[in-house]
Amino acid sequence: MSNIMDVNFNGTTAEMLKIISDYDEVTGFNGAYNIREDSKCAGRKSSENITIESKDDKPGINIRVKPFTVGETVYIPACVTHSDVDDLVYNDFYIGEGADVVIVAGCGVHNDGEEQARHNGIHRFFLEKGSKVLYKEKHIGTGKGTGLKKIDPVTDCVLGEDSYLEMDTVQLRGVDSTTRSTSAVLGKGAKIVVRERIMTDGDEQATTKFHVELNGEDSGADLVSRSVARGNSHQAFYSVVEGNNRCTGHSACDAILADNGKVDAQPALNAANVDAQLIHEAAIGKIAGEQILKLCSLGLTREEAEEKIIEGFLK
Amino acid sequence: MLELRDVKWQLPSGEPIIKGISCKLDSRLTVITGPNGGGKTSLAKLIAGVEKPTSGKIILDGTDITDMDITGRAKLGVAYAFQQPVRFKGLTVRDLLELAAGNKLGHDELCALLGKVGLCAEEYIDREMSGTLSGGEAKRIEIATVLARNAKLSVFDEPEAGIDLWSFARLVETFEEIRNGITGSLVIISHQERILSIADEIVVVADGAVRTAGPREEILPKLLGGEYACRCPQRNGGGCQ
Repeated sequence: MSNIMDVNFNGTTAEMLKIISDYDEVTGFNGAYNIREDSKCAGRKSSENITIESKDDKPGINIRVKPFTVGETVYIPACVTHSDVDDLVYNDFYIGEGADVVIVAGCGVHNDGEEQARHNGIHRFFLEKGSKVLYKEKHIGTGKGTGLKKIDPVTDCVLGEDSYLEMDTVQLRGVDSTTRSTSAVLGKGAKIVVRERIMTDGDEQATTKFHVELNGEDSGADLVSRSVARGNSHQAFYSVVEGNNRCTGHSACDAILADNGKVDAQPALNAANVDAQLIHEAAIGKIAGEQILKLCSLGLTREEAEEKIIEGFLK
Repeated sequence: MLELRDVKWQLPSGEPIIKGISCKLDSRLTVITGPNGGGKTSLAKLIAGVEKPTSGKIILDGTDITDMDITGRAKLGVAYAFQQPVRFKGLTVRDLLELAAGNKLGHDELCALLGKVGLCAEEYIDREMSGTLSGGEAKRIEIATVLARNAKLSVFDEPEAGIDLWSFARLVETFEEIRNGITGSLVIISHQERILSIADEIVVVADGAVRTAGPREEILPKLLGGEYACRCPQRNGGGCQ
């Protein structure tokens, strides 16, 4: 069964799709997809095993993955292409038992005007027993307007027994303001892995909030945030990992400061069980001088060395 | 040929570390040795451009490189292996080797480079050069980055430190291959007899100055005899305190 709508989006969206979701102009997306452009659907396709339907009560979609679907990818990019758009969308993902899928959910905000352009995606994940999801999210801001470009994603996850969710999120420049809130409640044997990379420059602001409840026996969380704050930008990292059962939790915040960049890190570990093993690491500072020296000794200039170190750090 | 002319260097506090070194390093493999704290690593850093001399001149193949920074010297053909390998979160072994070589490297080239330091490319090329590597692994990768440069002058600061016996034997072979090759000369700071035994020339640095220097055949016997005896209280009739 497939549900195909004509793909119809503008050139700005086309350019952003290539960056945020590996869109190929010739072959399109290889799998189910829903393209959101300026608060409207600009293309949708379901597959045999993954259905995408509009919500009845509010803007957004329900994505349902049949049990034991393996190896499929679903794309749900969202683009805002001009100023004076305040996009709010609710997307719910229902991942059937034993499924193993990739979800690509990039977001691009382009603003050449003076008014604000904002995308606020509220995502909920429900992972059934033994399911596995790789969730990839890339955020960019483009355009030369003075209006702010804002992306404020909220992600709430419920991980059933022995399920696994890996979130790979990237935001590299161009987004004036972002607040990313992620929460997860884990059942028995469930695991969540988060890899976040953020670079801010100019006067950009970025806030990350994680709240993970390790409720099930032998559940686990691994949250790693790497960030670079340049110019006069400001980043804040707040994480709370609650160990309410026999579990393992690890969170790490590594930040590189350049120019007048500022980073706040406030990690919290709340252990409520004697067998909860929770660890946090945090390191904030400028690029180590010896790293620059090493790359200079290979023939790079100081500036080239700094770029290479940051590029690798955020890879 | 590398020539040092009355090179002096002091700490910002004013404490002299290198107290006037003059020597010509014109052999294919020169080993600089001497007691701990004598100034060997400082001398290597001065040659590589990590530090700048307080006074004196450093001449490489007739070019005065005294005021040239580390990048300039690297471009001129000076390579430097740090005593303590530098760790990078994010940069992989492949990234560093390709930066060192100045171009992309094929699988066979990566295999050959890492093989010279006793590492298997399959296992290491995509690993981060971070704290996840052991001290010995990081040290060997550090050495491989210098080998990848194929430089006119390669300076190694205590390459044996932290390396196991088997990898060290392979490394000594690599140094011999470079010495016997067509291009490139080596300056190695070392205390290891096996490295001293393949040197063309040996320079003994102590207390910030050259104590003695000359061909291996002349210097090595003194090191193994006189130099050792003069620093050992038991051989001088004393006892361990």
